[in-house]
Amino acid sequence: MSKHKLNYIEQLESEAIYILREVAGQFERPALLFSGGKDSTVLVKLAEKAFRPGKFPFPLLHIDTGHNFPEALAFRDELVKQTGEKLIVRHVADTIKAKKLSEPKGKFASRNALQTYTLLDTIEEFGFDACIGGARRDEEKARAKERIFSVRDEFGQWNPKLQRPELWNIYNGKIHKGENVRAFPISNWTELDVWNYIKKENIALPSIYFSHERECVLTPSNQLVAVSDYIQIDKTDTMVKKQVRYRTVGDMTCTAAVESKATTIDAVIAEITASQISERGETRIDDKVSEAAMEDRKKIGYF
Amino acid sequence: MDILRFITAGSVDDGKSTLIGRLLYDSKSILADQLIAIEKQSKNKASSEIDLAILTDGLRAEREQGITIDVAYKYFSTPKRKFISIDAPGHIQYTRNMVTGASNADLAIILIDARNGVVEQTRRHFIIASLLGIQHIVVAINKMDLVAFSEERYKHIVNEYKNIQQQLGLKDVVFIPISALGGDNVVEKSTNMNWYKGEALLSLLETIQVDTDINLTDMRFPVQYVIRPQTEGLHDYRGYAGKLSSGIVKRGDEVLVLPSGISSTIKAIELGGKEVVEALAPQSIVIRLTDDIDVSRGDMIVKSESQPKLTQDIEVVLCWMDTKHLEVGSNYIIQHNTKQVRCVVKEVAYKLNVNTLEKEYGSSSIQLNEVCRVILKTASPLAVDLYSYLRSNGSAILIDETSYVTVGACIISG
Repeated sequence: MSKHKLNYIEQLESEAIYILREVAGQFERPALLFSGGKDSTVLVKLAEKAFRPGKFPFPLLHIDTGHNFPEALAFRDELVKQTGEKLIVRHVADTIKAKKLSEPKGKFASRNALQTYTLLDTIEEFGFDACIGGARRDEEKARAKERIFSVRDEFGQWNPKLQRPELWNIYNGKIHKGENVRAFPISNWTELDVWNYIKKENIALPSIYFSHERECVLTPSNQLVAVSDYIQIDKTDTMVKKQVRYRTVGDMTCTAAVESKATTIDAVIAEITASQISERGETRIDDKVSEAAMEDRKKIGYF
Repeated sequence: MDILRFITAGSVDDGKSTLIGRLLYDSKSILADQLIAIEKQSKNKASSEIDLAILTDGLRAEREQGITIDVAYKYFSTPKRKFISIDAPGHIQYTRNMVTGASNADLAIILIDARNGVVEQTRRHFIIASLLGIQHIVVAINKMDLVAFSEERYKHIVNEYKNIQQQLGLKDVVFIPISALGGDNVVEKSTNMNWYKGEALLSLLETIQVDTDINLTDMRFPVQYVIRPQTEGLHDYRGYAGKLSSGIVKRGDEVLVLPSGISSTIKAIELGGKEVVEALAPQSIVIRLTDDIDVSRGDMIVKSESQPKLTQDIEVVLCWMDTKHLEVGSNYIIQHNTKQVRCVVKEVAYKLNVNTLEKEYGSSSIQLNEVCRVILKTASPLAVDLYSYLRSNGSAILIDETSYVTVGACIISG
């Protein structure tokens, strides 16, 4: 063999496959959280590499807020069809009804925080002992502190001060009944690593990741929020029509678009490389509320 | 382009977080919105300068107390390398996090405050880095601005450290005088210390060779998962999925399955669903064998010419990480690669003073953050190598049988 060295993308890929197989080997009922976004789509690709020609040893699970981009939902269903894997969908709207939760109010009212209730109920319904997620440590500073195997108590809570030490690449997945583990195979990937992998593997994504024309509300902090039935539009709002793409795909209510002309993977990579603003900073409206917004949500069971 | 994983260690207020912040800032890895957030928080704390440490202190308690509690991971790239920086806290009660961080690092940056020189905590960090087999160490003598960029002071500290270096038998150790706060010798060479002829820290990190640390001679393949599709056309398919932790494997190689000792031949190797002729560490692959034998998770496939030691009696250097003491005679679960078995602590040979490296005999109880050499007896055999020879197959963890918490880091030593 002429090449006796893995490049950095191959190293990251091998590590992620290793983590997915550790989940499969250590847990009885895992699930892979899948939203149709780029990170969870990369996870599906990695799962194919980890388990083919077999089936995935876990179903895909989508916690549907009801505020999704239709393009992401269409993509989700198409990918599920292609892979032949099982998809479970649970709806936040049902949890709101069953638990008599209050719908968040306000202009860009987001059901993002309510997802946690649906997720915890679904974990209980199916007895999932591990949930695989596409979270990355570079996204946000509370995430930078999280383990690859992150143990949650029976209330789904994360205790950042009592995390298990995680040594070498030995992952301790032993838990008590009622507890579960959140596993993060692409913890060590950055946004750019994800895009470079998408390019290398030629992975298909929802169309909204590429430049398209869209009618948006221009917020006072200069963020572009797509016009949809889920946001409240006032007479005083500035409406604009722009060429945009999305850097992340969350709810339509809390994900902002970025102006872009990038219609190909290469063009997206070029724009991200030149960007002066971080992924979450540019696109997530819900992180701006407080310095510890993510830490607080994670502590109560959020991904 | 490859990856360099490095840990930064130092005692409280040596400026670790500031150094990482400086590396990110000067290599232009901090983005505009993150900088604005830092500026905002710096003002909150009534300091006039931008506080770069805020970048790595991710938890509220850390920001409130101005300390780093937990291991923080930061990512940045230059055209030459992708870097994963692991920030380990300096507080004595959090030493377990230093061990955790060091276990995944290729290189350690150990910070010393130029005003204080050698202190107990930094000696400890040096020893832990050496215990965990980190091959490359950079000693960054920080806060040179506070000692008037004195060459004499720098040389004095270098000599202090040369003693420890010899004691520990470390080879690749480099010293750099820096000021993380001012950026001297971090990304750019400092004009304040023309007497220093070496490289700046970043260019050193970009060029240090680490790929030669991977062992490609001794094949070790711990089986993680067995793929059995049992579908039309694939009735007889049995694929053993795992990561090659060291060595190279080729189609046609004669192999042994441990612990059973049954031999077979490599029929096929699959990488990402495609057949390949050979694979090398650390690739995640699927192996198929010519014979239909019993192989399951926790087994290890090796070549007959290079075998690990198959044993139930294991001597380890143990870093203890639990508030509950380790007691001779207690049972734990030991996890080595993908295998978990019960074990009992037969004997504590000695306790290692991590400040002086002296061996202290006669202890049977070990406390949080203590390091000792113990003899374990496992319920079934493990296929191990010495950590000093093969890090990936010479490491294990101890798990408490009832709390399931990871309580110890095992460095297999005999």
